[in-house]
Amino acid sequence: MRFITFILFCFLSVQCFAAETNYTIVLQNHRFNPANTTVPAGKKVKLLVINKDASIDEFHSDDLGVEKIISGNSKAIINIGPLKPGSYSFMGEFNAKTAQGIIIAK
Amino acid sequence: MFGTAVIVFREVLEAALIIGIVAAATRDVPNNRRWISAGVILGLLGAMILAGFTDKISELASGMGQELFNALILIMAVFMLAWHNIWMASHGKELAANARNVGKAIKDGVKECSILLTVVGFAVLREGSETVLFLYGIATSDQVEVFSMLLGGAIGVAAGVAVGYTLYKGLLRIPMRWFFSATSILVLLLAAGMASQAAGYLIQSDLIPSLASPLWDTSETLPEKSVLGILLHSLIGYDARPAGMQLVFYVVTLVTISIGMKLTNNQPNKNKLQVAA
Repeated sequence: MRFITFILFCFLSVQCFAAETNYTIVLQNHRFNPANTTVPAGKKVKLLVINKDASIDEFHSDDLGVEKIISGNSKAIINIGPLKPGSYSFMGEFNAKTAQGIIIAK
Repeated sequence: MFGTAVIVFREVLEAALIIGIVAAATRDVPNNRRWISAGVILGLLGAMILAGFTDKISELASGMGQELFNALILIMAVFMLAWHNIWMASHGKELAANARNVGKAIKDGVKECSILLTVVGFAVLREGSETVLFLYGIATSDQVEVFSMLLGGAIGVAAGVAVGYTLYKGLLRIPMRWFFSATSILVLLLAAGMASQAAGYLIQSDLIPSLASPLWDTSETLPEKSVLGILLHSLIGYDARPAGMQLVFYVVTLVTISIGMKLTNNQPNKNKLQVAA
C-alpha cells in the first residue's frame, strides 16, 4: 500500500524525481561528463542525464538494459539497479564514437 | 556511414521480422498485402508525428512517458498477437479447407485484417520513430559526412527490409501441413518476446521491481549486438542480461496464449461433427 501511494505521489509530483536523483551525468559536445560514475551496488539508483548539446541523442546501454531518447537541451531521469557489483557501459547511441561512459557498481 | 547503417538496420530489422512473420501467418487472409501496406504507411506517418512529439511524451508521467508509451504499445501488440494465434488455432485450418464459404471467409478476414494492420502499424511506429529522430538529427547536423551517413541509413533500411522479406519467403516454402504450427509458434514467441520487452520498460519506469537483475549474463557467449543476437532478440525476445521480471512476463505470456490455443483448438472439431450430423 505504501508502495502504491509512493507511485501515485511520483505521478503527481515532478519534485519527487528531482529529490530522488542521486547522480548527474552531463552530455556535452557528444561526450559524457563524468565518463565514469560509481554507484552503490544492490540499490536502485536514479541518473539525471542532462543533454547540453543542441542535438538529440539516445542514452543506450545493453549492459543496463536501458534506452531512452533525450532531446537537445533537455534532461531525463534514468532508473537503474539494483546492480550487482561490476562495470556497465553506456553510450549516446546517435554519437557513439565519442559519447561513451561507464557505471561502476561497488 | 557503417555505424549509421548498423543503427538503422537494427531498428528496421525488428519491424521487418515482425512484418515478415505476420504476413506469412496471414497469407490466406484476403487482401492481406493491402492491409500490411496500409499498416506500414500508417506506422510511418505515426512515427513521424511521434518523433515530433518526443519532448511532450517524455515529460508525461514525471519524465517516464517514453517508457510507459513503449510498454503500452508493446502490450497492445501482445494482445493482438495472442488474439490472432488463438483465433487462428480455431478458424485458420477451417478457413484454408473451406474456401467455398466465401462470406464467412471475408467476415473472418476483416477481423483478422484489423489485427494485421494494428500489429504491423505498431511495429513500424515503435522502431520507426527512433530511426526518424536519428536520421533527422544527422540531416540537420553541421557534420561534413551528412551525405555518407544518410547513405548508410538507406543501406540499413534496405538490408533490414531484405532480411524480413527473406524470412517471409522462407516461411511460405514450409509445407502446408506444418505451416500453421510453424507460424503460430513464431507468433507465440514474438508475443512473449514483446511482453518481456514491455516488462523492461516498466522496470525502467520504476513501476515494477526487476526481481533479479540480471537473471543471467550471456553477453560474453552471445552478445546482443552480434548478428545472431539481434536476430534472436527480434524473433524470440533473446536478452543477454534479462531481469527476473522479464522472464516472468515472458513465461506468463507463453503459457497463457498456449492454453488459449489448446482450448479453442478443440472447438472446430465439434463444429465439424455437428455440421456432418
